[in-house]
Parts: sequence; C-alpha cells; structure tokens
Amino acid sequence: MSAYLIRRLIESALILLGITFVTFLLLYLVPADPARQIAGRSATAETVANIRDQLGLNDPLFIQYFRYLGNLLQGDMGRSYLQRAEVAELIASRLPASLLLMVSAIITELVLGLTIGVVAALRRNRPADHSLMIFSFVSISAPQFVIGILLLYVFAVQLGWLPIGGYGTFAHLILPSITLGFLGAGWYSRMMRSSMIDVLEQDFVRTARAKGLSRLNIITRHVMPNAILPIIAMIGIDIGLFMSGIVVVESVFGWPGIGQLAWQAIQRVDIPVIMGVTMVSATAIVLGNLIADLVAPLIDPRIKTK
Amino acid sequence: MKNKLMAGVAGLALAAGGAFAQVNEDAPQGGEMVVTYQDDVATLDPAIGYDWQNWSMIKSLFDGLMGYEPGTTTLRNELAASHEISEDGTVHTFVLKDGITFHNGREITAEDVKYSLERVTDPTTRSPGAGFFGMIAGFDTWNAGEGDGLSGVEVTGDKTVQITLSRPDATFTHVMALNFASIVPREAVEASGEDFGREPVGSGAFRMTEWTPGQQLVFERFEDYHRAGVPKLDRVTFDIGLDPTVALLRLQNGDADVPGDGIPPAQFLQVVNDAAYDDQLVEGGQLQTGYITMNTQMAPFDNVDVRKAVNMAINKDRIVQMINNRAVPANQPLPPTMPGYAEDYEGYPFDHEAAREMLAEAGFPDGFTTELYVMNVDPNPRIAQAIQQDLSEIGVNAEIRSLAQANVIAAGGEKDQAPMIWSGGMAWIADFPDPSNFYGPILGCAGATPGGWNWAWYCNEDLDQRAADADAMVGDPAAREEAWRQIYLDIMEDAPWVPVFNEQRFTLHSTNVAGDDSLFVDPVHIPVNYDYIHSAEAE
Repeated sequence: MSAYLIRRLIESALILLGITFVTFLLLYLVPADPARQIAGRSATAETVANIRDQLGLNDPLFIQYFRYLGNLLQGDMGRSYLQRAEVAELIASRLPASLLLMVSAIITELVLGLTIGVVAALRRNRPADHSLMIFSFVSISAPQFVIGILLLYVFAVQLGWLPIGGYGTFAHLILPSITLGFLGAGWYSRMMRSSMIDVLEQDFVRTARAKGLSRLNIITRHVMPNAILPIIAMIGIDIGLFMSGIVVVESVFGWPGIGQLAWQAIQRVDIPVIMGVTMVSATAIVLGNLIADLVAPLIDPRIKTK
Repeated sequence: MKNKLMAGVAGLALAAGGAFAQVNEDAPQGGEMVVTYQDDVATLDPAIGYDWQNWSMIKSLFDGLMGYEPGTTTLRNELAASHEISEDGTVHTFVLKDGITFHNGREITAEDVKYSLERVTDPTTRSPGAGFFGMIAGFDTWNAGEGDGLSGVEVTGDKTVQITLSRPDATFTHVMALNFASIVPREAVEASGEDFGREPVGSGAFRMTEWTPGQQLVFERFEDYHRAGVPKLDRVTFDIGLDPTVALLRLQNGDADVPGDGIPPAQFLQVVNDAAYDDQLVEGGQLQTGYITMNTQMAPFDNVDVRKAVNMAINKDRIVQMINNRAVPANQPLPPTMPGYAEDYEGYPFDHEAAREMLAEAGFPDGFTTELYVMNVDPNPRIAQAIQQDLSEIGVNAEIRSLAQANVIAAGGEKDQAPMIWSGGMAWIADFPDPSNFYGPILGCAGATPGGWNWAWYCNEDLDQRAADADAMVGDPAAREEAWRQIYLDIMEDAPWVPVFNEQRFTLHSTNVAGDDSLFVDPVHIPVNYDYIHSAEAE
C-alpha cells in the first residue's frame, strides 16, 4: 500500500509538472502581449520595451519557464500584472469560498442524485421512473447560467425566501450549491439507477430474498453498498467538472471564489493569476483522483492497489 | 456599456453631456447608495487604474490639479486655486488651494505635485498613463529611466509648482485632469508599496474604508473635502461579483440603486419599453465611435476608390437597428458631442449602385475576396454578418474571422494580416474630451507600427504635421477646433475607415437616488457621478 501511495504521489507530481509546462507554453503563445496591455494604448514603443524588460519577457521561453518553476517551488506565484498584489494572496483569500461551495455542491448532488437513482431503479419502467429520468435529463442539459438565474428569480425575487446573490450566511449558500450540484445530480441519478438495476439482478440478491430478508434490509445492506461503488470513483473525477462550473456559478451569484478571479484574469490577460489559478485547480483535480483511487479499495476489498 | 471587456486594453469610456448642466449644488447631504458590478475592482491606484469601472471610483477618491464641472466636459480648477499659462504656452504655473489635506490628515504641498507626476512617469511604476505626459520637459529621459526626476516640474514655493513643456500643447490642461495626474501622498505610497492600489489614500470627496475582495467596497464621506457641501452622500457601497441580469433583479427588489454594468442586452427592450422605468432611465451620448478599418497598405485597400466604395456600401441604419437603437449612425471619426465634429458634413451616401460603379472604375468590376476580423462577443459577430451582406451586394466577398479580443487586437497590430476589422468591443473611446484624442494612436503615423492601434495602417505625414500644429494653438480654442475639423474631413477624403455608429449610453437608477440627468450620464464619471448624486430620502 505505501509503495503504491508513493508511486501515485510521484506520478501526480509529474502530471502537475507537465501541466505547468503546457500552461506556460500556451500562455506564451497567446498573441496578446502582456507588456502592451500594461503599458496602455498611449504608450510609446520604448515604454513597452522597458516593461517587457522589467518583467523578463524578453528572455527565451525556457529561461522564463525555469524561473517561474523555481519561484513556484519556493511558494512564490508572482504578482498580478494588473492588481499588483501577490497571486498566492489573491488565491488564498478566495479559496475558502470556492471550497465551501464545492463541498456543499457535492453533498447536494450526492443526496439528490442517489435518492433519485434509487427511487427510479426501484420503480423501474413505471411513471415515477420516467418522470425522474426526464428530470435528470433536464438537469444534465440545462446550462448552469439559466438554472442559476431561474432559481434566483423564483426563490429570491418572487418568493423572497433567499438573498439575491452574495456571500456570508447559510442562506447565501443554498442556491449556488443547488445550481452547481444540479448537473452532477443528473449524472449520478442515471448512474445510480443503472448500477442499482445491475445489482438487483445479481444472484446474491435473489439469495437474500430467498432467505427471507426484508426488502428494506436487502436494499440498504446488500444492494446499495454494491451499487454505490462506481459513484465514489466519479466524485474524484468530478472535481474537474466543478472547476469549470464554479466559473459560471460564482459569476451569477457573486460568490467571491477563485472561479470569479480566473474569469477576470483571463479577460485581462493577467498571466501570473491565470497560471496560479490553473495550478491550484490542477492540483485539486489530481488530488481528487488520487483520493478516489485510494478510497476505492477501502470500500471494496476486491479492488487491489497495484 | 458592453465594452467592459476592454478594461485595461482600450481604456475608459467618456460620455458627453450637455454644454451646461443644471447641477444643484445645494442638494442636501446624507443618505447612501448601493452600486453593483460584476468584476472585482482591479486597482484603485490612480497611476495604474485604466478601465471604466475604476476610473470614476478613483475620481471620487483622488483629486488632481484640474477637474471637470460635474455633468459636463468643462474644465475647472480642482486642487489648484489658480492656473496661469505663459505667453508662449510652454510654462504652466499652478498655485494650490490653502489648507487642503489628504485623507490621512496631512496638508497637500507643491512637493506632492512633483512627487505624483514623477511617480506616474517613472518607468518602474509601469503606468499605462505615462505616455500622456510626453509634453512635459524632461519626460523622455526620465521615462527612459535616466536622470533623477522630471526636470520640467519645479517647486517654486510651498504651494506653487511650475510645469515647463517641451512644446506648447493645448491638451495639457486635460491631461492634468486625468486620473493619472492625481496627487498622492508619498508616505502612504511608500508604506503600501505595490499594494497602494488596495489601500488608496487621496484627497477626493470619498475615502475608502473597506474592501473585501470579490465582495464589497465601501466609500465614506471625507469630512475635510476641499469643496464645502460635497459629496452629497454619506456612503457609497459597491457590491461586487453580480452578473448584470442579477444586478437588475436586485434593483427591482430595492437592494441596489445603480447597476454599474448597465442594462443587460437581453433585458434592454423590456426595460426601455416599460413605463415603470421612465423616471429611472437616463440616456446620454458617449465619446465613442464604432468603425471598420481598411488596411491602406494591403491590396486592394491601398486603392482609395475601393475604400470609398466600401464606405458607400454599408447600411448603417440597419446595423443601428440590430443593436436595438443603442447607437446613432456615424459619418466621420469624431462623435457628435466632441468639439471639432463637423455638423454639416454629410459623409458618403449609402448607395450600392454608386459603390458598384466606383469599384468597377477602380478595376474590380467583379469585386474581390477579403477578410473581416471581428471580436467574438455578441453583438459583434452579428454586425459583421450585416457588413458581410452589404459587401456582397457590391461583389465583395468578405470572410468573417471571429476571434477573441486579444487576437483581433494583435492581428490589427500586424502590418499585413487583417485587411478589414470591425472595431466593436474594442472601439476607441476618448480619454478626454478633445479632438486630438481620436487622432494620434488610431489615425496618425505613430500608431501605424507593429502592435499599434492604427489598424488601417493609415499614415499621412502632412496630416501629422497639421495635427501637431493644431495642438500647438494654445489660447485660440475656436481656431484650433476648426483646424481639427478640417483634419478629420480630410481623413474622410482618404477613407481609411467606415465610421459606422456612435454608441449611446443608458443608465438606470433607483428612485432612492436623485440628481440632474447629466450626473447619471456624466461625461467623465461612469456609470454616474458619485460625488454629486444625492439621496432622495435626504430631501
């Protein structure tokens, strides 16, 4: 197990290293010149050259890359071109909000998705199943932007139960979590349904029924633990999906997380911030996958850690 | 208003109000206002901030020597008690008002003026506004990182500063009213270092008391402000991170007073046609022009007749209709509210027949194939399609290249890449209300360099000389305005652009805040003039 863990950690570090290189290369290739963006349109060619020089943008790609990497390893992500603030500070001030939103969205999608999936599987091919599956289809297809605005309109404007966007209290958290968790809930309900149906047809379920166990007991003790396995693996992978989702959801609800920060940095070609947010999200995704792989054998001993 | 993506790229928006605004100086003080924005504020450092969101916030936190009468484009003394210009127009002497202080309580002296101007032009400050100060003597060496200060700025007394220019320049007083010329306290800048933009200390009508990144900023009245009775409001709160659609919901719900990003395009017609908003909607002009550039150094646009034919081919009324009449058709580079605009110029007529004939005479009876670059954010691709359709009427087949803003700007800055560009989303908006501001970088030879903003690559040395001569006409505004008018009319003879429209500005506000309409479409303060708007409750 520990050898496996070490190998996976090294692999993860290599993946992250690869991501730094690819991101750096892509941003280097973007035709927009950060020096010109900083200098403004009234600047002379000399001013622009001077800024390029100060930022070290005239150095060859590899020198720039290794300088960045060296600083990164010391925990220095540089300063925002535009805001002039430390990138690490900007991200640190926004990370808690994003993590809070993600955790509550994961809870939302699990509760919603698993409940719908189980009910649909047990009512297979009946009206309840059909309507739940239509609901999950809608939740997968509907753009998060639309869902967010719709929820705001109904629950915040019309009914006045919840605040119209913002951050701070539990009431502020409800609509963004539902919006972000909605998409995943659709996927999970479909996966849970088919996974349940698979397991329900297994021999051991028939055996359990034959020996007279109650229906509730069969489902909670024998079917669900087996059906839930593929879902656990999904959560880790899902982090990537969340990272793209929070950009939209945070901008609809005014949630002060890193999605909002990333969106603005991209619009303004603020390269140090883009790099910083990319690295943080990549780390979250890699860690998410790692944890999913490590947890799976604990839940299902049949999966071996090789 | 949708141009907010241009933040930091193409600068700020200015809109033109009426000649004289009826600002009620005696409006009561008190009350507060909530303004919403989608984007977090990039910085409040006056040497750095250069997007239309932070532009007017900085105006409320900082003051310079010069400023504008609220709601107008009329210059007035701000921190300066007096301003004198020497006979030859090269020496400007400013005397500071007595007893004025920064937010930290320290009195402002002439040394602060020198420090502030040297800071903004210091190459290590990396200010996007440094280039505006090029007329000050000693700028070239100081901005190149040599010498120990701006030699043209001299402190001649505790409250007196003398600024020597290397050439007479009529735009200098406007430049001294730019945010970049704000006076900052050295001790606060040095204490904060790179973080001054987060911890601003100025001498403006408001001081910043709170900034929670991504959530909220709070401005509170500066009790010792140098103008008695200003600002009107006790507090302005900025709620950050709200999508414009959500901001509108907040306004309807009474949770916000001014949606800073304007009315979202999808709700525009609904709001404008709703009688309930009649008292809350203000329309004003904007010092902006949307145009199509034709690369005058690329065939076939190196032929002036081809460019004229294209000018006659575009149905501008239809394009204005497409954007719900949020603009007025244009026939020249300057917007109507800019001094120097030629009222009686009729421009090129919209006439497909004449355009086809002219194209045939120019040697293209069967038209030609070209490319039209456009920023990929609505409504610009739709506008590009309308242009494409018009061009096909005269036999020109334009393929649309719809790209991200940065890529279009980069293509325009290459000498031989973009034959045609629709400027929407990146269009030129004036930094200050003066005709010269529409020339240099976008139509002058100086802008026709790699990475420049003169995407037509139009360079007419004769006009460059006349532009320089016009700017040297200090003390004769009428003659200068006429000189500029002729320059732009002559540019239209060469037809490097198709001027398409001038955007109009629509500002929505709650009934909780009041003031003259001009304050809500203030030429210099966007979305509204924070200092002079008052609370309806306080009345």
